Amino acid sequence: MTYAYYPGCSLKGTAIDYHTSALALAERLGIELKEMEDWVCCGASPIHQRNPALASGVANLLLSLSEGISKDVAVLCAACYHNMKKAEVEMREDGKKRNEVEELSGIPFNPEVRTRHFLDILDKDYGLNALKEKVVKPLSELRVACYYGCLLSRPPEIAFDDPEQPMIMERILEAAGAETVSWSHRLECCGASHAVPLTDAVLRLVNDVLASARDAGADIIACACPLCQANLDMRQEGIRAKLGVAHNLPAVYFTQLLGIACGATGKQVMIEKGMVSAVPLLRAKNLL
Amino acid sequence: MSKIGVFVCHCGENISRTVDCARVAKASGQIRGVAVAKDYKYMCSDPGQALIKNAIKEHKLDGVVVSACSPHMHEKTFRKAVTEAGLNQFLCEMANIREHCSWVHEKEEPTTRKAIELVRLMVEKVKRNMALEPIRVDVTKRALVIGGGVAGIQAALDIADGGHEVILVEKDPSVGGHMAQLSETFPTLDCSQCILTPKMVDVGSHPNIKLYTYSEVEKIEGFVGNFKVTIKKKARSVDIDKCTGCGECQLKCPSKKIPSEFDRGLKNRTAIYIPFPQAVPARPVIDREHCIYFTKGKCKACQKVCPTEAVDFEQTDEYVEEEVGGIVVATGFDLYTTDKQGPYPDYKGYGEYGYGEDPDIIDGLQFERLASASGPTGGAIQRPSDGKEPKSVVFLQCIGSRHPSKGIEFCSKICCMYTAKHTMLYKHKVHHGTAYVFYMDIRAPGKGYDEFVRRAIEEDGAVYLRGRVSRIYRSGDHLIVKGADTLSGAAVEIEADMVVLATAVMPQPGIEGLFQKLGISYDQYKFASEAHPKLRPVECATAGIFLAGACQGPKDIPESVAQASAAASKALILFSRDQMLREPVVAKVNENTCIACWYCVEICPFTAISKKDIRDRQGNLIKRVAEVNPSLCTGCGTCAATCFSNSIDLDGFTDEQIYSEINSLMAVGQDLFPEPEKAEGDSPDEKAA
Repeated sequence: MTYAYYPGCSLKGTAIDYHTSALALAERLGIELKEMEDWVCCGASPIHQRNPALASGVANLLLSLSEGISKDVAVLCAACYHNMKKAEVEMREDGKKRNEVEELSGIPFNPEVRTRHFLDILDKDYGLNALKEKVVKPLSELRVACYYGCLLSRPPEIAFDDPEQPMIMERILEAAGAETVSWSHRLECCGASHAVPLTDAVLRLVNDVLASARDAGADIIACACPLCQANLDMRQEGIRAKLGVAHNLPAVYFTQLLGIACGATGKQVMIEKGMVSAVPLLRAKNLL
Repeated sequence: MSKIGVFVCHCGENISRTVDCARVAKASGQIRGVAVAKDYKYMCSDPGQALIKNAIKEHKLDGVVVSACSPHMHEKTFRKAVTEAGLNQFLCEMANIREHCSWVHEKEEPTTRKAIELVRLMVEKVKRNMALEPIRVDVTKRALVIGGGVAGIQAALDIADGGHEVILVEKDPSVGGHMAQLSETFPTLDCSQCILTPKMVDVGSHPNIKLYTYSEVEKIEGFVGNFKVTIKKKARSVDIDKCTGCGECQLKCPSKKIPSEFDRGLKNRTAIYIPFPQAVPARPVIDREHCIYFTKGKCKACQKVCPTEAVDFEQTDEYVEEEVGGIVVATGFDLYTTDKQGPYPDYKGYGEYGYGEDPDIIDGLQFERLASASGPTGGAIQRPSDGKEPKSVVFLQCIGSRHPSKGIEFCSKICCMYTAKHTMLYKHKVHHGTAYVFYMDIRAPGKGYDEFVRRAIEEDGAVYLRGRVSRIYRSGDHLIVKGADTLSGAAVEIEADMVVLATAVMPQPGIEGLFQKLGISYDQYKFASEAHPKLRPVECATAGIFLAGACQGPKDIPESVAQASAAASKALILFSRDQMLREPVVAKVNENTCIACWYCVEICPFTAISKKDIRDRQGNLIKRVAEVNPSLCTGCGTCAATCFSNSIDLDGFTDEQIYSEINSLMAVGQDLFPEPEKAEGDSPDEKAA
């Protein structure tokens, strides 16, 4: 099982723990994530606002790098997935658009190449039963709030699960023995990059998300997007200072939790990197 | 030498927009055997038909090709016209250059060429057409009505009052349908039960109506005027003749926790049950899936208590055959369910709204039951979770409807009106409560309809917010409804005690199985298709089958009743004749060459072929041959294709005709597409050609 792996910029920087834990998990599952050579930034959110054609061109370039590795490009970041999948679907369905993009990027589009989120790969290709067999430390007694944010499951055209009521992360974490909670803010926005220019607004949004998860009885939040995780984790201190609410609720990547369940050490999944440490909780549950 | 007339129609601009009709006429005029070829703007109009009739007389034509629309559209029109001019109607054929050509191609040279080819092959066929006479068949003057909701009831009563027998088949234990569940009806707020139940009683007691409840149509054979229907009477486990409907059995039944279908799960029923007190027939049925005797083998409490010994556990499904001449399909609708386990697997639900998870989030029919005097609360508005009177209720319109990403693009039509009605019913019972409505547009085009909605807003104070709701979640005792008010541009959050979802109107789940048995077509959503959306709205493309009510598309009560009466009148028109004419397109056996292999007898789907003895004058058997019964033959052609000795031909579609059509497409050595005259042809494509 080999996939062409596109980490994207965040996973080599602020979200290095997402990258590291995903590779550790993949290794234990026997999935090869082979990093594509010479990749560039997907353009994140500025590119499709400034120049949609360029955004598709970059996505086409990235998809073409998978040649010789696999027809499936594995992506972990929600924004990278969004940019690449959107361009891929458009090019496959709209011949005119495809011609434009091919001309702009100078690269022929291969309609067989698919952008795949790692969650989707685990769910559909690897399978929950196979995953269950690899679990050596079930995440039992860990009450997890799965957080999708606004981008991971939307829009419907590129969704790999129900766009308004996704359950894929719950399914996967439950297969690893975790107890998932039903909560209201799982698809609400975390404020994304507004954290820099409009910090107060983001503190309010993140506070709502954290409060909702806490009210539902969660011990920990599982994320699948670098920006979501950064906001949920890093903004707790600001919330305590400005809004006077101390949540102390760890927000980690789903790959970190799954990695631990499949026998990786805390260090191998970089669990100590979080600002709100998950270590005491995981120790208390005998997972570290 | 044949004398064929070709008449090319422009169909306004429908054909002439992409096909050069004058050139088609000119090219047609040069085909061997064509005596006259003309084009005209509207061939189906009075002057157009006169043009054909005059040409028949003037040129003594012996065949006519009308090059226009599909034969489904106007073949009858033109055949009638040629008959009036003294020509046998089967010597007139349509060359379809609209649906098969102008509508599906761009304006370019090959489009006109294709139109010419379509005309040419039809000319070759008509040259070989024979004068045929329609076959006369007796009409069975009885109707089958499928579905006992308000549409089926109305259609059955109208046909029965017209003096003909009606077989009414209803799958549930009682007639009444969804209308029986409603509280009060828009736009007059009269009680649904009060106007429906007398009609239900009429259906149950009408001397011309034979009622089969708890029954389904199993099989349909035959054709218009002569259908043979097999009806499956599901085992009721109660002898309907012995039973007096006293209800003792319901009181004694120990299995009491089955969600009632009639109350849409807001109340429980027993395993032996009468669906509602006003049911027709007011006789119970045993739900074998939940009955303790049928699941565990012990109990029989109902049998012990029954004073008339009507309970019969041994009853089995029974099949009865009925012969009818016409069929009214009135199978109605169901609501799109918003949870993931709904009966419509093709459609994604609204998991994000929490329907099916939170008891205080209900759908429109459940609200009807809450507001109904015969409902679980006796008409008091109480929320299902704890029976408290809700101080604020949020109504959401367009749940499913007009939402392509959820799989449905159509408007469900009735929700704007019933939601306005719900807000009024609520305000009339909870004076200090607030009703909020999230809507996309208010669609209230009907007599007194818009006034009704204005009344809900202006007199009863319903708060209408234009926008969609993103999420509903529970926060303590309340439901938080998050949405957008797009008129003020603000995000809104409402604390509600109850939420009512106006879910989309969908055909009955699995109804396509019945439509396939009937041989009628349906659209992508499985709504039955009418023969023509404007001019034949209650007939199916299959002759003798008519549509009534919401099985054809979302409809309110007045519309369903109107359509039901229209369908009934169509059936009565059919029954007004003792005999009907059928197309003589039937198979014929050449007795000289038939080798009596009987393959045709075996393969005929309509059992229309039998074995015939040919004897000499002394009665000695000479040979045996196959024989076709023209009143059973549908002209499907299966036997003609199967016949080993090539002894079967289809009148009107002989092998010779089909081969000459094909040959005409491959004809060489003639100028098939004469050049357009220079003045007309200015497109580059034509120059290239």
